[in-house]
Amino acid sequence: MIRQRFTGLLVAMAVAASGRPEALEGRDDAAITHVLGRLTFGARPGDLDRVRPMGLAAWIDQQLHPSRIDDHAAEARLPQLDDPPAGANPQELRRFARRQVETLASAKLVRAMYSERQLQEVLVDFWFNHFNVYAAKGRTAIYLPAYERDVIRPHVFDRFRELLEADAKSPAMLFYLDNWLSAGTGQGGKRKRGLNENYGRELLELHTLGVDGGYTQKDVTEVARAFTGWTIDRDGRFRFVPALHDSGEKTVLGHRIKASGIDEGERVLDILASHPSTAHHIAFELAQRLVADDPPPALVDRAAARFRDTGGDLREVVKTIVTSSEFLAPAARDAKFKTPFELVVSAVRTTGAEVGDGHAFVQALQQLGQPLYMCQPPTGYKGTADAWLSAGGLVTRMNFATRLASGNMPGVTLPAGAPPARELALKIGSPEFQRF
Amino acid sequence: MNRRLFLKSGTMAMLSLGFAPSFLGRAAAAAGARRKLLVAIFQRGAVDGLNMIVPHGDADYYRLRPTIAIPRPGRDPMGSAIDLDGFFGLHPAMAPLEPLWDNRSLAIVHACGSPDNTRSHFDAQDYMESATPGLKATRDGWLNRYLQVSSGERDPLRGVALSRTMPRSLGGSAPALAIGSVDEFGVRGAADAFEEQYEGSSDRLLSAAGNDAFAAMRTLQQVAGSPYRPAAGAQYPNSAFGRALAEIARLAKADVGLEVAFTELGNWDHHVNEGAVTGQIANRLDEFSRGLAALAADLGDRLADTVIVTMSEFGRAAAENGNGGTDHGHGNAMMVIGGNVRGGMHGAWPGLGDAHRFEGRDLAITTDFRDVFSEIVTAHMGVPRAALSRIFPGYRGMTAPGVIRR
Repeated sequence: MIRQRFTGLLVAMAVAASGRPEALEGRDDAAITHVLGRLTFGARPGDLDRVRPMGLAAWIDQQLHPSRIDDHAAEARLPQLDDPPAGANPQELRRFARRQVETLASAKLVRAMYSERQLQEVLVDFWFNHFNVYAAKGRTAIYLPAYERDVIRPHVFDRFRELLEADAKSPAMLFYLDNWLSAGTGQGGKRKRGLNENYGRELLELHTLGVDGGYTQKDVTEVARAFTGWTIDRDGRFRFVPALHDSGEKTVLGHRIKASGIDEGERVLDILASHPSTAHHIAFELAQRLVADDPPPALVDRAAARFRDTGGDLREVVKTIVTSSEFLAPAARDAKFKTPFELVVSAVRTTGAEVGDGHAFVQALQQLGQPLYMCQPPTGYKGTADAWLSAGGLVTRMNFATRLASGNMPGVTLPAGAPPARELALKIGSPEFQRF
Repeated sequence: MNRRLFLKSGTMAMLSLGFAPSFLGRAAAAAGARRKLLVAIFQRGAVDGLNMIVPHGDADYYRLRPTIAIPRPGRDPMGSAIDLDGFFGLHPAMAPLEPLWDNRSLAIVHACGSPDNTRSHFDAQDYMESATPGLKATRDGWLNRYLQVSSGERDPLRGVALSRTMPRSLGGSAPALAIGSVDEFGVRGAADAFEEQYEGSSDRLLSAAGNDAFAAMRTLQQVAGSPYRPAAGAQYPNSAFGRALAEIARLAKADVGLEVAFTELGNWDHHVNEGAVTGQIANRLDEFSRGLAALAADLGDRLADTVIVTMSEFGRAAAENGNGGTDHGHGNAMMVIGGNVRGGMHGAWPGLGDAHRFEGRDLAITTDFRDVFSEIVTAHMGVPRAALSRIFPGYRGMTAPGVIRR
């Protein structure tokens, strides 16, 4: 903690001194290593040599435009996801859901290890966590593949408003935060239902404004009323059902919203996506993932300003952060502590191991305290050192390092030229390797 | 001044003189002065305190909850509240705790919680675990500050969380441990070389955490190995929570110097189909209560030196919502169990009438959760009142609800 604060101070001093990010133009290996560490899930053997000739600026620009990067090789490695069995009983469906989550977790690991679109995958992880859903809650697991594939991944470089709407209409989120059941009081015909404010609250607190973003309990209730009738149809798709909607007028953050059915929810999303608190909240979280646990306030302010100026263009916000002096300053290097997910993926990448199937890592992540898709609260997993750096956690990391380096993990083949097991284990389990 | 306190102040004096104090801790243990133990259990996700400790004497409770209220004692053959004092009752799934109530080792503080009005799970947990409501900048948890204030010993086994990550309550500058289980806590492979790496690292945080890990490992090696057998009559639920509680009892009985233990049980956030006598909340309370009862039974005569305290970030709205569930609320109930506990109901009941509810919707708070924490820390753990402000900065209340016998 103290170290992070100190780092933030050094970063601020370095920026004041230099004024512009010279590292971006240079060919400094230490700078390249730092950038690879943060914008990928860890450098592979040879990555440094690939980036050096093109320069950091060009490489970052490429990563900001993933459609320009061929990724067929990684796609080909992905495990196949099955469709839910037709006419399955609830028990079969539960069993299917459990398998589905494991396969999906395995796919997430394989992508993180092998995709050339590394920054995209770093951000998919970030945004999934931002809009966290919990796979073990009812039907959420069934909706999960589409959630990550169609809601999160296509929008990580899009406008925030688009991402937010896709999320608000996703069966996974509608189910996880109960909005599919929420109805105007007394609405809903025979099965009498009423208001459920679970989604409304998290939309304000976690997805947009932030907990200190300036809303009240009254706003929570009004937002929840606006979203009544946003539900899931029999085919598992988003549907607005007017009969469930609360048709009264609403007031959200001082804006009067006339009764207008589905448009009320859309209007709420407009208000929230363009609110300055949202710009600041998103900028802070991105800077915290990419720069430091206590990100330099001046950088957060610039990224938030970029968010506002571009109508929430997430590519521009990320670009502002990753081309900033603060991000590239030497003091920002190794300021972050890896989450278990970041640790296991970077371990595979640094060894150049061949992972045929990610199941062994799915289990390792359970032991390390970060089972994928299994974070129950809507906050998602924390990405900061205070959540992960502990004596007990280090022991589990050392044991993971020993297992991986031994070459005995199922589905994992170490390259022919890999260092001896002991040497490799000591590297992956070392204090230095826990940072990035 | 008792012997333990004398040893403590002796430790502090020697610390200030620059002597290594660790032998004193061992001396205290060897002299048979059994350490006091505090077990903190967090119900994450905001348990519905009104269906856990049921105010069956309050007519408004039934008016506000037409479909999910727990029936008055004896009113329903399918299950009803277990009467405690004519006004409050236990949820029927909490029957395993009845013997503790009957022998006066269960205290319940109702309408208890945080003076901050947040209904955010995250913030409310943060405030309760840092024990500084409204203040996010607090770096450490209250249990860690207890460790900092009460002794100068650098021993990670004084504070142990049975959880895979360090809970906010126990995190901070005093060494502490978060482990999945005693048996899996050990480095396989090149342990010595790993230890050297961490010892020699210039990364202060990682070096300290690594050193704590290896120190704890050496002690725990004496505990691990043989399978743990709970005392006769103690039947833990077959679940992660049950196993965590059994590990706490195991560590307590092994005399490794444990003073503060922490574990948690999640999945209380019942916005939909909460259930009443049966259903989701009943299932959670069943596991929760069987776990607590087993821990108390397993600790046996050590329960005299133990206080178990349960907490949850906030209560749930007094009225049920439109989906047979409850949304986020305010006041809740805490339980305190131990041999030195003054059993019974504590705290004033504000009532659930329209005029008495917090912000018109939730159970109001008549006891600050820090009143309960601070009484345990002083009356049970023996921290002098003068040092209390270092564990609960900014807290001025100091009104003991009377859950600990003097």
